[in-house]
Amino acid sequence: MSPMISIDNVSKWYGDFQVLTDCTTAVAKGEVVVVCGPSGSGKSTLIKCVNALEPFQKGSIIVDGISVGDPKTDLPKLRSRVGMVFQHFELFPHLSITDNLTIAQVKVLGRQPDEARDKGLKLLDRVGLAAHAAKYPGQLSGGQQQRVAIARALAMDPIAMLFDEPTSALDPEMINEVLDVMTQLAHEGMTMMCVTHEMGFARRVADRVIFMDRGMIIEDCAKDDFFGSPRSERAQQFLSKILQH
Amino acid sequence: MEFDFSQIGPSLPGLAEGMWLTLQLLALAVLGGVAIGTLIALARLSNNRLLSGLAKGYVNIFRSVPLLLVITWFYFAVPFLLRWITGSDTPVGAFASCLIAFMLFEAAYYSEIVRAGIQSISRGQIGAAYALGMTYAQAMRLVVLPQAFRKMTPLLLQQSIILFQDTSLVYAVGLMDFLNTARSRGDIAGQPHEFLLFAGFVYFVISFGASRLVKRLQQRLTV
Repeated sequence: MSPMISIDNVSKWYGDFQVLTDCTTAVAKGEVVVVCGPSGSGKSTLIKCVNALEPFQKGSIIVDGISVGDPKTDLPKLRSRVGMVFQHFELFPHLSITDNLTIAQVKVLGRQPDEARDKGLKLLDRVGLAAHAAKYPGQLSGGQQQRVAIARALAMDPIAMLFDEPTSALDPEMINEVLDVMTQLAHEGMTMMCVTHEMGFARRVADRVIFMDRGMIIEDCAKDDFFGSPRSERAQQFLSKILQH
Repeated sequence: MEFDFSQIGPSLPGLAEGMWLTLQLLALAVLGGVAIGTLIALARLSNNRLLSGLAKGYVNIFRSVPLLLVITWFYFAVPFLLRWITGSDTPVGAFASCLIAFMLFEAAYYSEIVRAGIQSISRGQIGAAYALGMTYAQAMRLVVLPQAFRKMTPLLLQQSIILFQDTSLVYAVGLMDFLNTARSRGDIAGQPHEFLLFAGFVYFVISFGASRLVKRLQQRLTV
């Protein structure tokens, strides 16, 4: 079976500066892959290439059989099928929580407002925030906003979910509430690609771990291999630094 | 020199008609100016260099010529242009030609305000809109512009207060707005100075009052 996401020899430059160099990996249906690495290693850039939020100049990315880099591809349609969660939540501050959950369902997928509302509220309940439907994003804590953002992405019935450092902007006491939602999602069989520094989450939930440094994929292996015996020195250094605290 | 304001009272209905025309001109010019200005701002911010260059040229030209010139030029040029396009005489009237002049002129100023408003919205918001499958037009219409306009409302209103005063320039082409009505009534009544003083007082009260309201709104929005 072909993978849900396949990344083949992808390179990307900002002007003369190369941010990604020949990145190759794949995510199978139902697989949970954690992407880690020091800041500036290109992991966020790579994950943003998957739904074409960032263009790339070389290589190819295929999502569910559709080529992301092909100029003929209907990018809005492709993106509507891939959920994404951002570091800074990016809920729409001028819209209520309910409207945040329904706007893309109605405007992009063409669902009826009632249907979209039911779906949105059901997902809001699932992330434990049913009581906040009428509020605005600014009235919620960071952890709550991020859970709403996950529900917003799920409302589109995505075939895969991309997480771009979903807990990096959160106060420590709010990290677990977001990771719990992600863990639950993984157990339900969602295909997930997560850029994160949460090695505890990677250990518990990931099937595979990708380690990046300076725009290259240095390690790409099963979770137990990565935590047991990373082959590269850079990954060992990274792990020893990050696992100290 | 003694002032005699006795004729202003009986002239108030006529003056109100002039004010009505001024306000109509203002409202339509603001709506059209903001709409065109928004399109110019989007063009200016576009990745297409031809489009952004054209928008930049538009803004620079209209910000570098006097409004009075634009008004008179349109008054004479619009009927001429229409005749050239349609081949027959098409009367447009002073009101329509002034309205077009104001819309196009003010659009240059509004576009700079809207541009700053759009730029103040974080790139992440656009990314989130795209990630949900929105097109560029949807991302702008549903996510970016509503937030930008909320931030920009006080500045757009301030600019509109300036436009309220500038509508009096239609005097040049004989349109009977508030100022021109006051001048004409004053001449007829033999009290030209009194009527112009009164007109100035009315402009001041409306502009100053509106300006204070905008300031209060601004404070409420920032708190």
